[in-house]
Amino acid sequence: MLASIKTNSFTNEGQKLGMMYFRVAIILFGAQLLMGLIAAFQFLVPGFLFELFDFSVARMVHINALIVWMLYAMIGSVYMMITDETGVETVGIKLGKLGFWVLTAAVTVVVLVYIFVQVGSGTEASIWLIHEGREYIEAPRWADIGIVVVVLIFYYNVFASYMAGKQTGIMTVMVANLMALAGLYLAGMFFTDNISMDQFWWWWVIHLWVEATWEVFVGTLAAYALIKLIGAKREIVEMWLWIEVLMLFGSGILGLGHHYFWIGTPEYWWEIGALFSSLEPVPLIAMFVHVLYDWGKEQGEAHGRGEEGNVVTNSPAMAWIVTNAFGNFLGAGVWGFFHTLPQVNIYTHGTQFTAAHGHLSFFGAYATILIGMMYYGVQKAHGVEKMKMNFNSKMGIFLITFGVLGMTVALTIAGYEQVLVERAELGGTWNAFFVAQELPWYIQAQLWRTIMGVVTLVGFIYLVWDLLTIGKKNKAQQI
Amino acid sequence: MAKKNVSVWTSIPFWRRSAAWVTGFAVILLIWLSFDTLGQISMGTDEDLKAGTTKRVPAPTVINYKITYEMNKQRGSEIPIIGGKDANGTSSFEEKELFFGKEWTEEEAADLLHLGKLTSQAKNCMNCHTLLGNGAYFAPDLTKSWLDPAWDTKGVMVSMISSMLPSKLVERIEAGKAVSDEDNQLIKDMKIDIANGKMLTKEEAMAIFLRFPSSYPTHERMMPELAITADEAKGLVAFLKHMSSIDTNGFPRNFSKSVDQFKVGGSNAR
Repeated sequence: MLASIKTNSFTNEGQKLGMMYFRVAIILFGAQLLMGLIAAFQFLVPGFLFELFDFSVARMVHINALIVWMLYAMIGSVYMMITDETGVETVGIKLGKLGFWVLTAAVTVVVLVYIFVQVGSGTEASIWLIHEGREYIEAPRWADIGIVVVVLIFYYNVFASYMAGKQTGIMTVMVANLMALAGLYLAGMFFTDNISMDQFWWWWVIHLWVEATWEVFVGTLAAYALIKLIGAKREIVEMWLWIEVLMLFGSGILGLGHHYFWIGTPEYWWEIGALFSSLEPVPLIAMFVHVLYDWGKEQGEAHGRGEEGNVVTNSPAMAWIVTNAFGNFLGAGVWGFFHTLPQVNIYTHGTQFTAAHGHLSFFGAYATILIGMMYYGVQKAHGVEKMKMNFNSKMGIFLITFGVLGMTVALTIAGYEQVLVERAELGGTWNAFFVAQELPWYIQAQLWRTIMGVVTLVGFIYLVWDLLTIGKKNKAQQI
Repeated sequence: MAKKNVSVWTSIPFWRRSAAWVTGFAVILLIWLSFDTLGQISMGTDEDLKAGTTKRVPAPTVINYKITYEMNKQRGSEIPIIGGKDANGTSSFEEKELFFGKEWTEEEAADLLHLGKLTSQAKNCMNCHTLLGNGAYFAPDLTKSWLDPAWDTKGVMVSMISSMLPSKLVERIEAGKAVSDEDNQLIKDMKIDIANGKMLTKEEAMAIFLRFPSSYPTHERMMPELAITADEAKGLVAFLKHMSSIDTNGFPRNFSKSVDQFKVGGSNAR
């Protein structure tokens, strides 16, 4: 099995480096699931690891592992496509590899400090060395600076290759979008005593990442993947990509307003946030239609030419990308729209509703397509012409998707209980919180969330097993 | 590609230009709105409070004032009331109250808030609690926690903490473990207060709770001890009191209703 990790038939250095990023990403994905399970279990048995490994620690590692594995997989995906798109070997690849090791060493230290140091004293030193205590961007300041340096190296790789080679529409969007994505991180790198100011800028990072630049990133990846996996025509894919950019940025940038309803910011954000964030599902529908339409069209044309079989050259990757089209629309679009209007959000803000949306949207919009790219990487690593799903791939995608959907439904029910009882009925006080948390239906929902978390973990084990073995199996069949 | 496009709707340059224009427009509008918002949410000054100027985020010296959260007919939602209500139902900035037994100067209050905000991040509050509704959902929202009926001087928390030593700290002392002079003093002082039947103030009770939360359990789910010092605890309470004075456009809604119910009926527990 370990031999299969080393096997590679990559034709360029960028893809080798991309695969290195994928390997770390999948390990961090596993860490995310384990930490999530600990945190979920603590809802049911509050004494579990109390004052030893508290909920706050498990939850911090859970969401940080999520963000970091996704960034790793995103960077990996870009390295996968640089040479394909530009036609030149990645410029400055040695520096890129050095960046990988620096980043990985830093991430390891950060995680160990999270787990073993946990909290610091109320001093600047804690913010610099332990963590910043700001949800999602907890990384301590020293690591922030390290991340910026490594991202600059990565950006240099992408930008220099883009300038040296072909400048396709896909790469143009990628280069512009990555600049925005990287630049936004700077908005989260300062301390202020003013909690409203703090959250104002915090959302510039979180929202403008996950609801704007990351979504455009996904659109770009999907465009590339459709060309590679089903032979979609570049003109059509790139036209769609520009339409997606238009709609995603057109709605997503000002959609930021839906985070400014209750943090001290003025009331006009109600209207701005409501209007633009309500439009956010529109591009997600477009992306969904685009993926399925192109697939049907290519398949139909192939049949018309009298070709037999499937046009898909990598069926597990394609399965994950179709799941992405569904999941992005459902998790980010539908579950996001559920509570995006201020009239609704005043009751749902800060309840398990948000957690339900968070789970399905991060999974549906990002995890899916990044896993798809990992399968694409495996295909390249083994030089497989046509990769086919097997039992493990199917179990992986089915159990993970089913598990995350189950968690989402359970958390939605928990959120519904909370909204009605804690918020609407009792007004969100300390006592109201505990009354809602102790409702039998709330507890039942938390139990189902935990069970579905275990289902997801089992699916993850199938997924990892499959990623490690599918290339070799397919290669053997090919010969 | 040589073929001329038959329609503008399938023209890549058209969509590329449109994407650039729409994105540019959205970015410019966002930046313009952000400038306006940043002005409105910048922290007020002590002068503002003295002059009776309402700011969305008041100065740190707001900790010297009485704060409540009340329904405002005009806004249609609850708003923070600082220093009592005037005839229009908005803050009159008149009624003050001591905070940890004193009135804080501008500089002292700013330092205390700074310590509190730093501590709130260093202790990772946000990964169990929500602040302004953002964070994790394992523990109650802290936005208006300063005003929570549970912490009313007649409420369950203040009376429990006024009559009970922090058991975890007592255990540590009895087991012969080294504790700080500060902690030894705390136990001595608390013993005297308990013997005299003295009730702690809300802020004193909160500060002791923050330091030894698992010594005062109310539910199976408890807050862990996070090695918070006495000064840090004071800072945290100031941070919470300051946060309760921020105008959150009526979030959390109906919070004041629970406060009123508590005042007439004693408890809204069921």
